[in-house]
Amino acid sequence: MSVLAAIRPDDWNFPLLLHVLGATLLVGGLTAAVIALWLGWRGDSLTLPRLGFKSLLFVAFPAWFLMRIPGQWIASKEGFDGGDEEPAWLGIGYITAEGGLLLILISIILTGIGVRRMGRAEAPSPSVLVRIGTVLVTIVLAAYLVAVWAMTAKPD
Amino acid sequence: MSLYDWLLFLHILTAFALVAALVVFWIIGIVARNVDRPAESLRYFRVARPANVLVIVGILGTLVFGIWLAIERDEYQVWDGWIVAALVLWAIATETGRRGGIPYMEAKQLAERLAAEGRAEEPSPELRAKLKDRNGMILNGLSSLAVLLLLIDMIYKPGG
Repeated sequence: MSVLAAIRPDDWNFPLLLHVLGATLLVGGLTAAVIALWLGWRGDSLTLPRLGFKSLLFVAFPAWFLMRIPGQWIASKEGFDGGDEEPAWLGIGYITAEGGLLLILISIILTGIGVRRMGRAEAPSPSVLVRIGTVLVTIVLAAYLVAVWAMTAKPD
Repeated sequence: MSLYDWLLFLHILTAFALVAALVVFWIIGIVARNVDRPAESLRYFRVARPANVLVIVGILGTLVFGIWLAIERDEYQVWDGWIVAALVLWAIATETGRRGGIPYMEAKQLAERLAAEGRAEEPSPELRAKLKDRNGMILNGLSSLAVLLLLIDMIYKPGG
């Protein structure tokens, strides 16, 4: 980012601020979800799976848009609008961002249904849907950490 | 990857760890506000445990790799205005965050004591009051504000 700072025009600062803020909140929301969902893996209580679901729905999901829209804003300013000249690091960013959103949405649906079923059950029991969501969210978080590396190191 | 690339990556990665920890603390602080049963509050405190590790990694990593970056690059000096401002904001974020965490530590100790006494499922007004501690929320808000200002400072680099 500092190398970019040395060469980037000042009018990129605001979209960059929003992009980085969104990315940090997105990773934060996913981290909260991953921790809560893994700790609630045994399904002996509804508290942690529900916390994971809420973290995804109310933090990670909105933060994705705060990350992605300003990201596209910067890409447009830089002249990268989907052409063949895009650098590899930007491609990694696009793939992880778009693929991540899809997996986040699937995870929200699965954990939401799973938590609802857990709440209706007479005795606490693990939910397969919540467990699938847990694994998916963990994959998304790992992919976004790779994206953080790509965005900072900017490999060719 | 050059040394500079690694330092930058580690600096930003630890900054992500710091913000991730703050997000986890905020989520727990908000959802646990109306909790009065020790057993339930202890479930939330289990989530805070990995976040405690993340916050330490984030606080130390951003400082160490940030200063190392400033030393590594000829165009930056540790005494540049925006870097000094970042160090001041880092200190404010760290201290307000530490103080803001004290009421939650007390709430955790209270919940553990009540659970050990066999009252894990009994509502406790004292526990609820500690989890709703206004000063803790204000201090955590100040800590998060300092981190936001740090991010603004890092991107705009005023005077840099």
